Amino acid sequence: MFKKRHLLSMREFSREEMDSVLETAASLEPFARGKRSDMLSGKILALLFFEPSTRTRMSFETAMKRLGGSTINLGSAEASSIAKGESLADTVRVVGGYADAIVIRHPKEGSARLAAEFSPVPVLNAGDGAGHHPTQTLLDLYTIKKERHLEGISIALVGDLKYGRTVHSLAYALSLYGAEITLISPPTLRMPDQIKSDLSSRGTIVREASDLGEVMGSIDVLYVTRIQKERFPDPVEYNKVAKSYRITPESLQQMNQGLIVMHPLPRVDEISPEVDMTSHAVYFKQSFYGVPVRMALLKMMLEDEGGQEQ
Amino acid sequence: MERELKVKPIRNGTVIDHIAGGQALNVLKILGISGTTDASVSVVMNVPSKRLGKKDIVKVEERELGEDEVNKIALIAPSATINIVREYAVVEKFEVDLPCEIMGVVRCQNPSCISNTQEPIKSRMLVKRKNPVLLRCVYCEQPLTERIADYLI
Repeated sequence: MFKKRHLLSMREFSREEMDSVLETAASLEPFARGKRSDMLSGKILALLFFEPSTRTRMSFETAMKRLGGSTINLGSAEASSIAKGESLADTVRVVGGYADAIVIRHPKEGSARLAAEFSPVPVLNAGDGAGHHPTQTLLDLYTIKKERHLEGISIALVGDLKYGRTVHSLAYALSLYGAEITLISPPTLRMPDQIKSDLSSRGTIVREASDLGEVMGSIDVLYVTRIQKERFPDPVEYNKVAKSYRITPESLQQMNQGLIVMHPLPRVDEISPEVDMTSHAVYFKQSFYGVPVRMALLKMMLEDEGGQEQ
Repeated sequence: MERELKVKPIRNGTVIDHIAGGQALNVLKILGISGTTDASVSVVMNVPSKRLGKKDIVKVEERELGEDEVNKIALIAPSATINIVREYAVVEKFEVDLPCEIMGVVRCQNPSCISNTQEPIKSRMLVKRKNPVLLRCVYCEQPLTERIADYLI
């Protein structure tokens, strides 16, 4: 299904394809936890990270190594030919000659698509500026499926819904599973109208609220994102907003017993550390689930070719 | 209506009619005709039109427009008609029509788009709607629908 195919955005996924990735990820969880595998033995994954990343870069690396493959790394852009002015197009053509697939994170929107145009091997988009980050969406879906259920879920997306790239593609993907979506954000960081109308046109119920208290008790998943300080010209205003959207054990008391709290991480102040101890907190599991989900994608893209040549 | 205009017929060249009122100078820009041209060009602006209310007309002598140039005009004047004139007679007449995708004509308005860097690529825009024009960048997916003339390459 994914053999030799690029992975650039969630728009390219049908629901069947998402289900297939999630099922494969579930079957790979024992290997993600350390069971030995040589499914991708001899395969090489190139990591081109032009921007800082902890979870995405390390979980891709872990995923590849857990499957018996290996990784090569661009390292910091300053130490590579990028510093000499090499184009991205040339870089992926060169690196595509060294590896079986390329993972790319780049600050410019559309960079992964450009890379796919020039790369001789599959390209996986690990974040292109404010554009797409499909593997994050898939691991979010996997988390919801594992910790609750995907069908007809009631989810509240909280925080920066304007610039946060993860929530846009998550909302789109959840619309394929009949989700009810509540958007909770400061007025200046509301989800763009175009995305809201796109969701509504797919039959998704979309509600907006400016306060967490308005949705208490009616939701299954609270998906919290970081509100970035730089979005606010006035630090006082930022502090006020950040405080009002902060998740604490007290704010969770009125929620459903089975409510799960997710966060793509890194968090700053959005979720108080005391929440970590509650049964609601799944964000560290969520970051772990990035490994089996990325293993599934790598396996589906790269397996079966192994050892065929020569 | 055109017979009332005091612009004489051209012998050879192209007449672009039914340009949306006020867009004639942008059409000239698309055609690469600047203020220092030595081509014979007639421009008529904001004359009454049954179809458009107001329209502009551009006549360029000794030049027959190619398909690429016609496509570009459709971006800012989707109702324009092109008349190819030889020896005072219209030998070919057609309406402008945008293809599904246009390359290297309009740059993306998103300053963070990879197509606005030094990469060895041409801009690529999908035509999502023809009239009024709605474009979407193939790379960053940002839509472009207003002030398209400002983004002509």
